[in-house]
Amino acid sequence: MTQDVAVLGAGMHPWGKWGRSFVEYGTAAARAALADAGVDWCDIGSVVGADTVRGGYPGYVAGATFAKALGWQGARVTSVYAACASGAQAIATARAQILAGLADVVLVVGADAAPKGFFRPAGGDRADDPDWLRFRLLGATNPAYFGLYARRRMAVHGDTPEDFALVKVKNAAMGALNQYARYRKRVTAEEVAASAVVADPLRLLDICATSDGAAALVLSSMDFAHRRGAARPVRIRAVSTVTPAFPNTVLDLPDIATDSALAVEPPGETFRASIARAAYEEAGIGPEDLSLAEVYDLSTALELQWYEDLGLCGAGEGAKLLREGATAPGGRIPVNASGGLASFGEAVPAQAIAQVCELTRQLRGTAGERQISGASVGITANQGLFGHGSSVIAVR
Amino acid sequence: MPHTRTPAVADWFGGEGDAFRLLGTRCSSCATVFFPREDVHCRNPHCTGGSLEEVPLSRKGRIWSYTDSRYRPPSPYVSNPELPWEPYALIAVELEAERMVVLGQAAPGITVADLTVGMEVEVVPGVLGEDTETTWTTWHWRPTGVAV
Ligand SMILES: [Zn+2]
Repeated sequence: MTQDVAVLGAGMHPWGKWGRSFVEYGTAAARAALADAGVDWCDIGSVVGADTVRGGYPGYVAGATFAKALGWQGARVTSVYAACASGAQAIATARAQILAGLADVVLVVGADAAPKGFFRPAGGDRADDPDWLRFRLLGATNPAYFGLYARRRMAVHGDTPEDFALVKVKNAAMGALNQYARYRKRVTAEEVAASAVVADPLRLLDICATSDGAAALVLSSMDFAHRRGAARPVRIRAVSTVTPAFPNTVLDLPDIATDSALAVEPPGETFRASIARAAYEEAGIGPEDLSLAEVYDLSTALELQWYEDLGLCGAGEGAKLLREGATAPGGRIPVNASGGLASFGEAVPAQAIAQVCELTRQLRGTAGERQISGASVGITANQGLFGHGSSVIAVR
Repeated sequence: MPHTRTPAVADWFGGEGDAFRLLGTRCSSCATVFFPREDVHCRNPHCTGGSLEEVPLSRKGRIWSYTDSRYRPPSPYVSNPELPWEPYALIAVELEAERMVVLGQAAPGITVADLTVGMEVEVVPGVLGEDTETTWTTWHWRPTGVAV
């Protein structure tokens, strides 16, 4: 078990389609996190940015971009790219620096200005890029993969489109209470059922939108936190960033095929389950200790998959857990109390950080109308492209 | 001018008619099969690496899952924006001999209503698109027993 790091501050820029630069969003979130922490920007020893694309330099600009916007002050700087797991890997980097004694207090920032419509790969003929190939050869968008997973659940576990819609209903009800969410309106199951099919069996309201948005955290050593008078801060106890194990037998974005299991028996757990297990092992806790979870509901059906991969229930029991109300506020293990991606949409480098912002508010007991009573342990989970995934466990 | 038939991606499939197959590679040391083909080094972490030889994949498999694309995919998928969008089905197929799942478009005319998980399908030659000089060829999955 590793040492804890303190979450001194959390800040966000509201999600939406604002039409402005990711720098503006990220800087606003950073200033909010610094104010929340009561730390002066000039006291920050290191800044870690989760990367986005700007001016043809994908993935190389974020850390220094935010540092420049806040005013160069000579801090150590890092930029991290890991698709949807970028924010969590930025947190992992900051934590490693703190635990290694390289910095006492670190600012982590992720922000994006998302393109309209489907995510797509960068231009040019890039036949050595699996992400480019799946679009070129198959027209397989991200929702197409979500549709494959959803149909598979229906065939194997007996889930129904009505089960999927209930995830949206639950998350939209929480998003309606979150000032940072893009969609702040309750949704009914009838509205989900009436929305257009995007990738059978999933409909528009089953799939998360793309959004602008930003999130930031101020992390520090426990010593620094105590010196600053934070007697009992929210603490990060684990950050899992493991890769899949060969052979990866579940078709993952952006792959056209799985690994072959001819030579090596598949591992006993899927990639997503291994992400959570690594976090539990590092934190020395189990799913039974959790007060709440924030998971990547890129689609409604995928949220049910996470219930099982996090060990909140057995394989195939996700829809049952949902129907029982266990994952709703007031239930045994509320999931996506923030409203989830269903309410926020994707702002890729920001969302894994936003998940930790929600845990921070919940564990502090300052989540307002969304507050999960008695919250003391929370987990986040997400998965990015190309074998990136992550999970963060925070405690108070 | 007649269109030249050119694979949309080189060396991933070949053969005519009933002999049409997806082409992968197989490690001579551990027998792992790779599709899309791996020509550099075996990716089994427990294998010290053997030579990678081209191997045709099974012609038939069973549906692992399926979906469709009701909205026009963005580039680099090529479609004619002048024409109304025609959704196509996508099928992920489990190949028993290779112990892997391979994704592909369904043959034209096959919709999600024609498919179920576990159904047997076969790989058939298909057309991805055409431009002024070239017909770009690809692979499609089609339920077995369905006429061409
Ligand atoms: Zn090998």
